[in-house]
Amino acid sequence: MEAAKRKPAALKGLYRQAIIESFVKLDPRKMVKNPVMFVVEVVSVLTTALWFQALLGHGEAPAWFIGNITLWLWFTVLFANFAEALAEGRGKAQAESLRKMRKETTAKRIEKSFCIGGGVRPEERCIKVVSSTELRKGDVFLAEAGDLIPSDGEIVEGVASVNESAVTGESAPVIRESGGDRSAVTGGTTVLSDWIIVKVTADPGEGFIDRMIGLVEGAKRKKTPNEIALGILLSGFTIIFLVVCATLLPYSLYSAHSAGTGTPITITVLVALLVCLIPTTIGGLLSAIGIAGMDRMIRRNVIAMSGRAVEAAGDVDVLLLDKTGTITLGNRQAVEFIPAGGIDPVELAEATQLSSLADETPEGRSIVVLAKEKYGLRGETVHASGDHSMHFIPFTAQTRMSGVDIHGSEDTIIRKGAPDAIILYVEGLGNKVSDGVHTAVDKIARSGGTPLVVAKNGRAVGVVHLKDVVKGGIKERFAEMHRMGIKTVMITGDNPVTAAAIAAEAGVDDFLAEATPEAKLKLIREYQAGGRLVAMTGDGTNDAPALAQADVAVAMNTGTQPAREAANMVDLDSNPTKLIEIVEIGKQLLMTRGALTTFSISNDVAKYFAIIPAAFASTYPALGILNFMHLNAAILSAVIFNAIIIVILIPVALKGVKYRPLSAALLLRNNLLIYGVGGLLAPFIGIKLIDMALTAVGLV
Amino acid sequence: MIDMLKPAVIIFTLLSILTGIIYPLVVTGIAQVAFPSKANGSIVVKDGRAVGSELIGQSFTDPKYFWGRPSATTGFPDNAMASGGSNLGPTNPALADAVKARAAALIAADPGNRLPVPVDLLTASGSGLDPHISPAAAMYQAGRVARLRGLSEDKVKELISRNTEERWLGLLGEERVNVLKLNLELDTIGR
Amino acid sequence: MSGQGWIQIGLYFIVLFALIKPLGAYMARVYQGERNFLTPVISPVEKLIYLLAGINAEEEMDWKRYAKVLLVFNFLGFLAVYGLQRFQAHLPLNPAGMSAVSPDSSFNTAMSFITNTNWQGYSGESTMSYLTQMLGLTVQNFLSAATGMAALVALIRGFARHSTKNIGNFWTDMVKTTLYILIPLSLVFSIVLVSQGVVQTFSKPKTATLVQTTKDDKGNTVTEQVIPVGPVASQIAIKQLGTNGGGFFNANSAHPFENPTPLTDFLEMLAILLIPGGLCYTFGVMVGDKRQGWAILAAMTIILVMFLAVTEWAEHQNNPMVARGAAEAGQTVAGLSSAAGLPAGNMEGKEVRFGITNSALWATATTATSNGSVNSMHDSFMPLGGLAPLLLIHLGEVVFGGVGSGLYGMLVFVIIAVFVAGLMVGRTPEYLGKKVEALEMKMASLVILIPVFIILVGTAIAVVTPAGIAGASNPGPHGYSEILYAFSSFGGNNGSAFAGINADTPFYNTAGGIIMYFGRYFIAIPILAIAGNLAGKKKVPVSAGTLPTHTPLFIGWLISVILIVAALSFFPALALGPIVEHLMM
Repeated sequence: MEAAKRKPAALKGLYRQAIIESFVKLDPRKMVKNPVMFVVEVVSVLTTALWFQALLGHGEAPAWFIGNITLWLWFTVLFANFAEALAEGRGKAQAESLRKMRKETTAKRIEKSFCIGGGVRPEERCIKVVSSTELRKGDVFLAEAGDLIPSDGEIVEGVASVNESAVTGESAPVIRESGGDRSAVTGGTTVLSDWIIVKVTADPGEGFIDRMIGLVEGAKRKKTPNEIALGILLSGFTIIFLVVCATLLPYSLYSAHSAGTGTPITITVLVALLVCLIPTTIGGLLSAIGIAGMDRMIRRNVIAMSGRAVEAAGDVDVLLLDKTGTITLGNRQAVEFIPAGGIDPVELAEATQLSSLADETPEGRSIVVLAKEKYGLRGETVHASGDHSMHFIPFTAQTRMSGVDIHGSEDTIIRKGAPDAIILYVEGLGNKVSDGVHTAVDKIARSGGTPLVVAKNGRAVGVVHLKDVVKGGIKERFAEMHRMGIKTVMITGDNPVTAAAIAAEAGVDDFLAEATPEAKLKLIREYQAGGRLVAMTGDGTNDAPALAQADVAVAMNTGTQPAREAANMVDLDSNPTKLIEIVEIGKQLLMTRGALTTFSISNDVAKYFAIIPAAFASTYPALGILNFMHLNAAILSAVIFNAIIIVILIPVALKGVKYRPLSAALLLRNNLLIYGVGGLLAPFIGIKLIDMALTAVGLV
Repeated sequence: MIDMLKPAVIIFTLLSILTGIIYPLVVTGIAQVAFPSKANGSIVVKDGRAVGSELIGQSFTDPKYFWGRPSATTGFPDNAMASGGSNLGPTNPALADAVKARAAALIAADPGNRLPVPVDLLTASGSGLDPHISPAAAMYQAGRVARLRGLSEDKVKELISRNTEERWLGLLGEERVNVLKLNLELDTIGR
Repeated sequence: MSGQGWIQIGLYFIVLFALIKPLGAYMARVYQGERNFLTPVISPVEKLIYLLAGINAEEEMDWKRYAKVLLVFNFLGFLAVYGLQRFQAHLPLNPAGMSAVSPDSSFNTAMSFITNTNWQGYSGESTMSYLTQMLGLTVQNFLSAATGMAALVALIRGFARHSTKNIGNFWTDMVKTTLYILIPLSLVFSIVLVSQGVVQTFSKPKTATLVQTTKDDKGNTVTEQVIPVGPVASQIAIKQLGTNGGGFFNANSAHPFENPTPLTDFLEMLAILLIPGGLCYTFGVMVGDKRQGWAILAAMTIILVMFLAVTEWAEHQNNPMVARGAAEAGQTVAGLSSAAGLPAGNMEGKEVRFGITNSALWATATTATSNGSVNSMHDSFMPLGGLAPLLLIHLGEVVFGGVGSGLYGMLVFVIIAVFVAGLMVGRTPEYLGKKVEALEMKMASLVILIPVFIILVGTAIAVVTPAGIAGASNPGPHGYSEILYAFSSFGGNNGSAFAGINADTPFYNTAGGIIMYFGRYFIAIPILAIAGNLAGKKKVPVSAGTLPTHTPLFIGWLISVILIVAALSFFPALALGPIVEHLMM
């Protein structure tokens, strides 16, 4: 959602910037952080020197050959830098849009604490207008309609509607109020109505948005554990190939000597072989993959506090999901009318609908809708059916029922409410509640639903079955999770009976009923002790301990400051279902790395077949048999392929490999076929095509 | 360090005694009792004199004997003190020269024999002490030996098949003829 | 290849697999300290050793201590073997009156035997006294094998345990391995060998009168044959079982006294793969998932069979130089058997009793494992017949591999395969519930890098130094192959050779000794580090998201990783040796 908004407007500018950055990144101090590409840069310098030597007439090979190889070696480095710069550029573009609202603003700082309180706006004399940069943690400021909130903070007093679109991309205003779970505000958002008094929770430059900017820009990007481990493996391969190529020179000296013909392999060819062999494809794209992973999170409006958290998301074994809002639609809904014996269902539906016309609660609305859908009853028809005056009785905690009194030719009094309240009411009027109603009430309660009894004119006419409605498609989602090996656990405050019923309906693997924050924390610890990685969402302050304990903790942006502090991701859309997407992005990140590593290493086989026969043609013409591709410019073609493949794979690195929720075994099979076998075959074709092109343009 | 050294030295000493002294002594004891001849080298005694080991090849160049595998041992062929092969590679012309010399010697000893030469008569064995040749190699030489010894070829062939060792259980290894035993038997039936 | 050949190979694998499970289960019992049928006999001896050494068998070690103790113990072995060689002239059990071995050769041999390489620069029958053979070499045949198995068991514990620092007690692992596994197997095996003609005696060399006198290369008449004997069977048993490979005689198991019959040949080949194969099952038992052990065994077997096919095919071809030599003399060449239509095959350097099939099978088995014993001369193999053993060494000696060392090397490849595959399924990779992270990758990369480094750099130095070049005995690419094979054998702790190489020189003895040292301990120590790190980790429960590591798909992937890593590392080196030799043939 809202991806378009985050997409940088000037793609052209982005590319231009990335191209410039590719050269800036040639600085060896920056390159050395990527050992694979650093090696390429060093040998490029070496062949450049050899090229100059050749131009001066002392070359070990023709100058055009060394020159071409050198050129493409530099391209290899630049292409890798370009990939990284492009990924960073996209992040920066987003940071830029974030930074716009971070421009310096003024703040209405409240100097004296006695000015606050009593639910009234502080007097003007308490307020001092200062620059937002002067605000410090613990300061208190006032924000009124039209003000830009100058800093992150916690509302200490007041209620206001706030436009958070700058952060979330969502234009609908949200309510922020002191106390409770919606007390946090973010610097850079705008107050639309009313006023609030906010206590600053972060010094300038350390606020939420500042952190976001830092993260998306990649400036504060730390290598993640898997990235480090992969980096080690790639460095290992690089060293191996350095040894392979370095030792080839003495071997070739010996061979030329012992065969009595031919010249030893040239440094240029050795360098070309080295660059083709070391995993430049994955080495060049590795950091881009990492940055793009963060970026994909942001595109889904999730801010990860660290790359580590994104990666951990892919490892998650257990998802703790809050029932309400995640698994079920936020509220219970009417699903059935069960009339008492002798009562026409339509009568019951009509009565219930009438009683609910003024009921603006979701439950009430759902009753009106159900009556309409099932019996074609429209509230308006009732209105229009005569000269009636209707008096709606609202729900109160004392009566625990609501209803309507219709005064007309004959009075109709309808009440609906909790079974015990209505039964008391009906029996208080001297009427008996039929067994059918009792049975229906029991049955609904046992199934995990909520029964409402409806009384018309003092008689119980039937029961309405309210139940939690599981979100459409969620069951399939959970089945997917199950196939991926992720255990889903529903967390609910409901009693075990209700919880079990909903759990069964939603298809979660397990549930925690009558959950308290302590029980939640304990559950997480139990799973973790069993070696599992737990992900959860939360928004309340009381979720904070559990969020801090969970391996992947997603706080809702609407949540409290403590919750956001404890979490390692914040979902700007405050959509708890997004946890599932977060897991997928995490997996996709790792898969992209694995797939490109496999591809990169598989490529080497073909490169050997291209380079080795050409390299030793003068000593051992017999090796020409290995050149079954019949290449004319084998070495140059291989080097060009090696450089171009980086560019070709940039989209894969940035978008990530295709992810489908399958079992590990199937995923491995698919990816091995595409990136393993594909990686073996692709360079044969690619190198041959490049060779044909080079031949066609007469370069060889 | 010292706390490691003490157990290290003691365990090393004890395991050395067990594996380096007791174990070979026990094996030797059992071997000498149960298989005295084999344990001492399967020595072949003729007229009270050791004339070789059943398992160790000897060099025969006299045409009236069956020739064994060519041997590349240093000093002299089938030198038991210097076991080893020629180690000539498959593209080494020296191998062709050696084979040529062997083939020529076979022809010189039996000019009329134009049969293909079994490969084991042309190639040096791995140990340089191979006591065997293939039945094919023995049959190849049967005519020559029969002629020079004045025996019928059938008689010689019968001797060959008597000295042919079958595959173990008909399955393992190759059929082979023990050259020393065959030649000794030839000598006993007259020269 | 004839039908008879196929049957022999088939029989070999059938018997091998029939033995793997019972032996593997027995070894698991030994390492898990459970009672077994030998406990009543051996347990008192075992306890006595602990008592005398003053160690507490229950006390466990963390990986650093385990590694230190392992190194100290092996260093003692080095001192003993070196000392015995240098002073053998003054020590008993020297009936042939052997003189002291040179310092460089002693260094090489000592390093060779403590590292389970058993490269032999010397010629056994004319160099070593019986005491050196027994108390030096035979002892190290046991102890170097036990060291490898101990390190493996420590690694297995790393996988099997969780949340602990300890990976076992090196002393008890050594003592148990030696007493319960190696000695009993060797004892039985050596008696069987004697029954077939393998010598076992302390008498001096036998002298026999030749049936036909011959001439030596100086033209003198030779009338006598001096036949060396010795305590051979006891050493051959353990040299095969412990993947040592160091023969009593120069010709190793081609020598009729080491390997007199097809039956001993069959059993000695079985002994090469027996313990490495059995350990796969032991591994499965100890980590609580036998399928994992079978999967690794399957991967090993498939690679072995692939290489076996190449070697068998190559060796059954005609040797071009043999054909040429015969043609120059006006002759044609026939095969061993009268079967028509088959090529004569390459019998140069092979024994008639084994034939080509068993020679190729042995060559494959001995290089797949780090055994290195030979029953035929690899130097005279066809180019591709020699390539297969060479590349098997390059695979890192993980196809069955050395006792212990093979499986721990294989597990490193499993870790790498799991790592890349794990990423491809979108999870932090894990194997047997243990997450594979930076430290594992660091150590695994070292384990792969070190052999490549020492083999290639060693060869590179040799081919550009006069002392190194002087070693090659064959011309052209084959001479280069000899040098490459020598350093591969050092680096892979294999011990076999393209034996034409003249390696009993200060250069090869010293370089070889150093490389064998790195090839052994710079692998074993990272392995123990992995063991220690794994032991400390939690165990992740298995779910559908876990990459299954026992499926045909994973086995195939593992095989691909092993082959590709080796091929990429060694292809250029091999291209200039056996590959070009084949193409030029």
